[in-house]
Amino acid sequence: MSARFDVVVAGAGPGGIAAAVVAAEAGKRVCLLDANSSTGGQIWRGLHTETAHRYPHDAAFAAWIGRLAKSGCTVWAGWQAVDLVSPGRLRIERESESRDIEFERLILATGARERFLPFPGWTLPGVMGAGGAQALVKAGLDARGKRVIVAGSGPLLLAVAANLARAGAIIEGIFEQAPLTGLARLGLHLIAAQPGKLVEGARYRLQTFNTRFRTGSWVTRAEGRGCVERVSIASRGREYAIDCDWLACGFHLVPNLELPRLLGCRIDAGYVTVDSMQQSSVPGVACVGELTGIGGLEKALVEGQIAGCAAAGRESHARALYPQLRRQQNFASRLDRAFALRGELRDLPADGTMVCRCEDITHQALAACNSWRQARLHTRCGMGPCQGRVCGAAAEFLYGWSPADARPPVYPAQVSTLAAAGNAAGSIDR
Amino acid sequence: MVSEEVSITINGKLVRVAAGTSVAAAVLMAGEPSRISVTGEARAPLCGMGICMECRVTINGVPHQRSCMLTCAQGMEVVSG
Repeated sequence: MSARFDVVVAGAGPGGIAAAVVAAEAGKRVCLLDANSSTGGQIWRGLHTETAHRYPHDAAFAAWIGRLAKSGCTVWAGWQAVDLVSPGRLRIERESESRDIEFERLILATGARERFLPFPGWTLPGVMGAGGAQALVKAGLDARGKRVIVAGSGPLLLAVAANLARAGAIIEGIFEQAPLTGLARLGLHLIAAQPGKLVEGARYRLQTFNTRFRTGSWVTRAEGRGCVERVSIASRGREYAIDCDWLACGFHLVPNLELPRLLGCRIDAGYVTVDSMQQSSVPGVACVGELTGIGGLEKALVEGQIAGCAAAGRESHARALYPQLRRQQNFASRLDRAFALRGELRDLPADGTMVCRCEDITHQALAACNSWRQARLHTRCGMGPCQGRVCGAAAEFLYGWSPADARPPVYPAQVSTLAAAGNAAGSIDR
Repeated sequence: MVSEEVSITINGKLVRVAAGTSVAAAVLMAGEPSRISVTGEARAPLCGMGICMECRVTINGVPHQRSCMLTCAQGMEVVSG
């Protein structure tokens, strides 16, 4: 074995798994990479084939993980991509070890992260993302008896509330910033187009039926001594406070665009531009899933299959998936409209509210700047270890700054990794 | 829940957690901040998925490890704050 593959897939969530499986089943030598220690991405985090039937999305998970195991695809979990050292050559790192991996075709399936928006008190321990709280609980954090407020925006909120409740948390309320009218419009569309998604949402809501769910409502501040103890909510012209142990708050999702940016893929209105075979503007580089529009599991699976087919020269197989693809792309654009951020959220940070958590840069300091570049030069905003992954999306919304191009390494890396001459090929698979 | 447990130390305190627990979850349950910010604020994990870097701690002497991405292993020494 060598470190050269026909196809390298970065990101082992549903989109990456589907792409890798389809290409490997067609006879391509495929390597599937993920920074996490296990495959499945965020949506399938912590699932095991033997327990999958207890969760939604179970059938899809079991089927795809089963196909992956039989496909002959090489899976490298726990490896973080840090740089494209030359065309067709990706450098990856795990703890203090690094490798170079060569490919003919690259499929990026790096998924999405939560969008975080700053408000007074959002840096207090106990304030976490909505998906963040769910991920931590899936990773063993004990939720039993915790009073939790779920807030922010997006279809994830109901799922998080239901999952945290199942894990023993007491949900003190679910607060969605989007207005009811937009959600109702999305719901009406789904009745005819994708009733399954509506059923899923309704099931989450039923699991939390005795919890208040308010649309057009958002967190205005979090307070507490040493950790969050109380959260203020603005709801339909009123403001009131609720005591809690945790605030799980995220504002829908934004794609992880660092690798596509580093490679120079064309990005338009926040998503990678792709053609009907999921190919980006860079030859040999395809993008699937959340990178091309936040649309969730089914969209990622369809796009992953199309990219996998294309990588294996099976375009006709890909075309058969077009009706599904169009339905999922339509869903993604409807999600963006339904969960668009309201302008009032721009007024939440106070002068002293941290916007950049790595470097502790306040709203006041940033409001005096006129661009992301100036903010970086004058304040170090976005230059800490998260490299602007958190404050970048916030600054885009708060100040209208367009994000900077990605520079290598796209993740903080060991000096030895950066200095490696590239211990590629045979030496790797010892 | 699997009853198997592992023991680790967090800032010198012995802690037992269920096998499979992430280091970030263990640090949170121990009531310790994961790090102190540059202006002195106590911080705890935000994103839970390796993006925000708020959960970074020193593990077995290696600093700046993303604790949400790593699973507790028997005998691990974690230093946070």
